[in-house]
Amino acid sequence: MDELKLYTYIAVLGTFALYFGIAIWARAASTSEFYVAGSGIGPVQNGMAIGADWMSAASFISMAGLIAFSGYGGSVFLMGWTGGYVLLAMCLAPYMRQHGKFTVPEFISDRFYSKNARIVAVICLIIASVTYIIGQMKGVGVTFSRFLEIKYEAGLYAGMFIVWVYAVLGGMKGITYTQIAQYCVLIFAYTIPAIFISLQLTGNPIPQLGLGSTLSDDSGVYLLDKLDMVVTDLGFKEYTTDNMGGTLNMFAYTMSLMIGTAGLPHVIMRFFTVPSAKAARASAGYALVFIAILYTVAPAVGAMARYNLMDTIEPTPGEHLVYDERPQWFKDWESTGLLKFDDKNSDGKIQYLADAEVNEMVKVDPDIMVLANPAIANLPNWVIALVAAGGLAAALSTAAGLLLAISSAISHDLLKGVWMPDLSEKNELLIGRITMTLSVLLAGYLGLNPPDFAAGTVALAFGLAASSIFPALMMGIFSKKMNNKAAIAGMCAGIGVTMLYVFQHKGIMFIPGTSFMAGMDENWFLGISPNAFGVVGAIVNFAVAFTVMRFTDEAPAEIQAMVDRFRSPQSEQLASADH
Amino acid sequence: MAGKTTYWQENLRLICICLVIWFVVAYVFGILLVEPLNAIRLGGYKLGFWIAQQGSIYSFVGLIFWYSHKMNQLDKKYRVEQD
Repeated sequence: MDELKLYTYIAVLGTFALYFGIAIWARAASTSEFYVAGSGIGPVQNGMAIGADWMSAASFISMAGLIAFSGYGGSVFLMGWTGGYVLLAMCLAPYMRQHGKFTVPEFISDRFYSKNARIVAVICLIIASVTYIIGQMKGVGVTFSRFLEIKYEAGLYAGMFIVWVYAVLGGMKGITYTQIAQYCVLIFAYTIPAIFISLQLTGNPIPQLGLGSTLSDDSGVYLLDKLDMVVTDLGFKEYTTDNMGGTLNMFAYTMSLMIGTAGLPHVIMRFFTVPSAKAARASAGYALVFIAILYTVAPAVGAMARYNLMDTIEPTPGEHLVYDERPQWFKDWESTGLLKFDDKNSDGKIQYLADAEVNEMVKVDPDIMVLANPAIANLPNWVIALVAAGGLAAALSTAAGLLLAISSAISHDLLKGVWMPDLSEKNELLIGRITMTLSVLLAGYLGLNPPDFAAGTVALAFGLAASSIFPALMMGIFSKKMNNKAAIAGMCAGIGVTMLYVFQHKGIMFIPGTSFMAGMDENWFLGISPNAFGVVGAIVNFAVAFTVMRFTDEAPAEIQAMVDRFRSPQSEQLASADH
Repeated sequence: MAGKTTYWQENLRLICICLVIWFVVAYVFGILLVEPLNAIRLGGYKLGFWIAQQGSIYSFVGLIFWYSHKMNQLDKKYRVEQD
């Protein structure tokens, strides 16, 4: 076994032992502990756990790679996945915590006094969470296949097994404490290589500043200017201005991700674990601080990875890397099938150009960029091993949170809430664990047939959360008179429109054979890509709901009184003083 | 009852201020006006590009903490009146 593999095994197995240890130590005994960790987590710890839950395989593995190949266009992910926390902190989390229940569908069912609303919310939640989990499974598969040198499928099965053991043991209490450890692992694993690479390229150890600095090769040229020059010379779009399908698409994409973030049930659920509305606001702030550490480093990682990749393949203009002299990382990634070379002009050298006719780098999967980055930059082996452990921490922590959201929706909302109200707590826990198992199997199947690269898959989940759950919650909190019929009609219309658009382009339920229309620009509504369509679905949702409300009765007085109660923390104190 | 309405109204006013800033930074500066802003340089960064990939995120963090702080003051103010 070589040194790198040894270090990787130490890092991966070491962190796994830590997670399992915590999961066993903090095992959930009651449903309250299983779903919301007994509502006793402090804001800073909760912020850190939200950070780990939030930063998925997409954030850790895929995002910087997407930025590397889309340049300025990658800003949609950076702004979209952080800006949603502003909405959460101000418009949703404090009031939902104030209301004081376990799950998002439960809130919707109370607010819209309807079991049907709860069922619709559960369906939205499951579709969004399952789509989201595919990205995590793919991330796990990629990491395992590369670092432990097993097939992608085998890596995926290994990942499924670990996630399963881990989530079923933990419950929310275990998951929260484990996620705090996972946050530390993943942020360390992400920033250390970035600091090394930033130092190498610019001499500045802070990646956020390094990205705006001059190259340390005495040329005095700024890194970003050089990168712009290199990529445009090869026919690619300019790095700092490439705007990903136009201004309207970027606008819609960013908005979809933001309101999707605010509508993702596994994130909102985290705010039920803190003691008060005040703590919910503070948690959102701390969560975003912990998230921002990674998100402000990511653009530097992306740009520097792209620069290093270009520089390796074509060190000086016109002088190309000879294929037989390719570095070890190149061979390693070729063996996973995520990097492919085709010597079209048979000169034994690698030509990497924008023009598909002559480009010989026929496949460069954006997902490999973060994982390959340390090797491309010749960093020491222990750093590469650390990245593997970080990628797995990111994927596993998010998968656990999602599985919990899915299982709570089925066991708590559907079975206990709708079909079997007298279900005992013990059986509810058991059913929660069984549902998790089934969800893992489904996610694994979809992970083998992924519709897009990991962050792309996740972006679809956001569209669905944005078009259904976010508008329902907003109307529930901000429109006192909103009634059950209008809210349900809105949710169905929103998610219906979005799913139709997504499936038309990506294939029904993402099954590859039916996705032949993928990427056909002329089919895209106003030039908006399927991933950016959530905001259109949300607008449809709002429009339908307010139209139906005009023709139906307003919400009953006791529901309006309930809205008053969760809008203001003081009124709850008054209410509890009455008891 | 009047006190409650005002608490909610003051909260709404704060939310509006924050969301206007949120929208202007991310959508107006980061996307709509990115090209003119790119004419201004911030070291090696073009300003519009910097806002979209760095500045907006810092401003989101600042906004949430500012809002939390103001809301804690509001909680205090109304609790004092209640007592």
